[in-house]
Amino acid sequence: MTGLFYLPALPELFIALGAMVLLMVGVFKKEKSYETVSFLSVLLLTSVLVIINLEYIPLGYAFNSSFLSDDFSNYTKSLILLSSIGIIIISSGYLKTIGIMKFEYPVLILLSVIGMMVMVSSNDIISLYLGLELQSLPLYVLASMRRESKKSTEAGLKYFVLGALSSCMLLYGLSLIYGFSGSILYSDIASFLSENNSNQGILFGLAFLTAGLAFKISVVPFHMWAPDVYEGSPTTITAFLASAPKVAAVALFTKIMVNCFPSLIDQWQLMIIFISIASMLLGSFAAIGQNNVKRLLAYSSIGHMGFVLIGLATGTISGVTGLLIYLTIYVFMVIGTFACILSLKVNGTNIESISDLSGLSKVNPMIAFVLSMFLFSLAGIPPLAGFFAKFYIFLSAIESGLYALAIIGVLASVIGAFYYLRIIKIIYFDENINVFEPITKRMKLIIYITAIPVILFFIRPSLITDIAEKAALSLF
Amino acid sequence: MLITNLFFYIFSIITIASACMVIAGKNPVHSVLFLILCFFNAAGIFLILGAEFLALILIIVYVGAVAVLFLFVVMMLDVDFTRLRAGFLAYLPIGGLIGFIMFIELVLVLGTWNLDLNLPLSNGLTSDISNTRALGNIIYTEYIYFFQLSGLILLVAMIGAIVLTINHKQTAKRQNIFNQVTRDPKESVKNVNVKPGQGI
Repeated sequence: MTGLFYLPALPELFIALGAMVLLMVGVFKKEKSYETVSFLSVLLLTSVLVIINLEYIPLGYAFNSSFLSDDFSNYTKSLILLSSIGIIIISSGYLKTIGIMKFEYPVLILLSVIGMMVMVSSNDIISLYLGLELQSLPLYVLASMRRESKKSTEAGLKYFVLGALSSCMLLYGLSLIYGFSGSILYSDIASFLSENNSNQGILFGLAFLTAGLAFKISVVPFHMWAPDVYEGSPTTITAFLASAPKVAAVALFTKIMVNCFPSLIDQWQLMIIFISIASMLLGSFAAIGQNNVKRLLAYSSIGHMGFVLIGLATGTISGVTGLLIYLTIYVFMVIGTFACILSLKVNGTNIESISDLSGLSKVNPMIAFVLSMFLFSLAGIPPLAGFFAKFYIFLSAIESGLYALAIIGVLASVIGAFYYLRIIKIIYFDENINVFEPITKRMKLIIYITAIPVILFFIRPSLITDIAEKAALSLF
Repeated sequence: MLITNLFFYIFSIITIASACMVIAGKNPVHSVLFLILCFFNAAGIFLILGAEFLALILIIVYVGAVAVLFLFVVMMLDVDFTRLRAGFLAYLPIGGLIGFIMFIELVLVLGTWNLDLNLPLSNGLTSDISNTRALGNIIYTEYIYFFQLSGLILLVAMIGAIVLTINHKQTAKRQNIFNQVTRDPKESVKNVNVKPGQGI
């Protein structure tokens, strides 16, 4: 446990070295550097995913207990790796369309993935902060990568300024927690709190920490940046922003609340219940008037994060299990939906507004069917996976006696169903106005791979729920 | 001891005075110069405390890089600071109120903290090794993880700056050393017999 035992951190080291090597490959290989680097980075991430899941790497502490890998971190790491692999694969066609085939793109995604993996396996507040910064810094660059577009530059700048602000709040909170408890390790802070229960300084720090993390997962009242950044960023980066970083930040949020502040549950439960209710309601109402697909999905992701946080608000094993299942299904739904949107091109440009989808069913019935399955699933209609995600979350809320939260959640998902169903109505019943270009094989592959678990989840839910439960158990 | 106290008060007074001048100065270039003075005196206080590493880092990094960069930005950009300050008085009541509330909250929170004055001194100060060496001893061993992570963050910053600013112009004329070296006087020099008063 002590000393420089680094074996559990091998996946992170592997990706870090790989990212640096790929940077060199990209610089020295002049032609087709993007294709080579993106292919190699998919290979790298896939091999790390396999290594993690075959349990070759020992679990446990590394680097003087700053790093802890357990079932929980491995589960969330697999989710992060899966979504980033998906994003890199769907990126190349879109990047070619908008003309930013830069080899730095996959390298920055790799570096961001290291940050996320550091976040979910952090065991003290310094690695928490460093992981969070390493995760967000590449995202700022990626969001503003489309330099000639005003909106992309605006998105990058807004994201950067607000992200820096949230980091300040987080850091201030962490410094208060360190100052009053005298330790940076989660376990030491937890044992300090079990002795002195009502330490005002730590409570103050906890509030700032919650605000900082809420910024990163863009939940109400810290969601203002999300729609603009989602709309302005390149669409593949929007898909990335909506999937992997959210998984990492929610996992970190859960980990620090459960491991570090278990004795303050009465305090943080209230904050999270408020955040959760406000996000669910805003996510349902604000999305109704949107006509841009990316803005709509931004509001939808705010709403979904509200549902996810119900699982954290319960603070129980079944709540965290529900949270992990929700995150898994959410990642598949989001990447699948974005892959559908990205694969539809009219006159050489990607569609952005919902009305462009009208009459898709007559031109391409297969994609129209899959896209509407994703939308039904996002709305939470049985027997699709999205229904089960909400089911487990609400079940855990009722088990813990949070009836109000469960009832508001059900109401919010009913209201939210309206705007998803509106898109399906446009796809199936409106007149066709656009001529869509044929869809590449690569996009079809990702669309079908993500569609299978979403549509067929109900046959064997235990495939995912058992692993999620094991992961949640390791946290407590 | 008396001289140490004397220097402490001199450094502190100049630090606070120059910090006030940074905000109060009308000319932004003067503000930056006062900022540099402030950094120098803060470094002096660190030296009195025996933290020579922090003192030198403050001068090298903050004065040598950050403040000089500020100076360049301030001189290059034509920012009209008087116009920026125009709405200052209008927002003063609400801003002052919020600041006052925050201040009271901080006093309420920090007032409950009992500072333990019998804290043990850190190893770097009690032993006879200098604090640069003490830092070096733990940064590369105990805290190698944080050190490397910070390194990765700096790498990202560098990649980001290059990605967002580099501009490969296809029309730009570049130096081709091979062409320069293989030039032949026969091909590049031509003797022309120019008649007087006519030119070429």
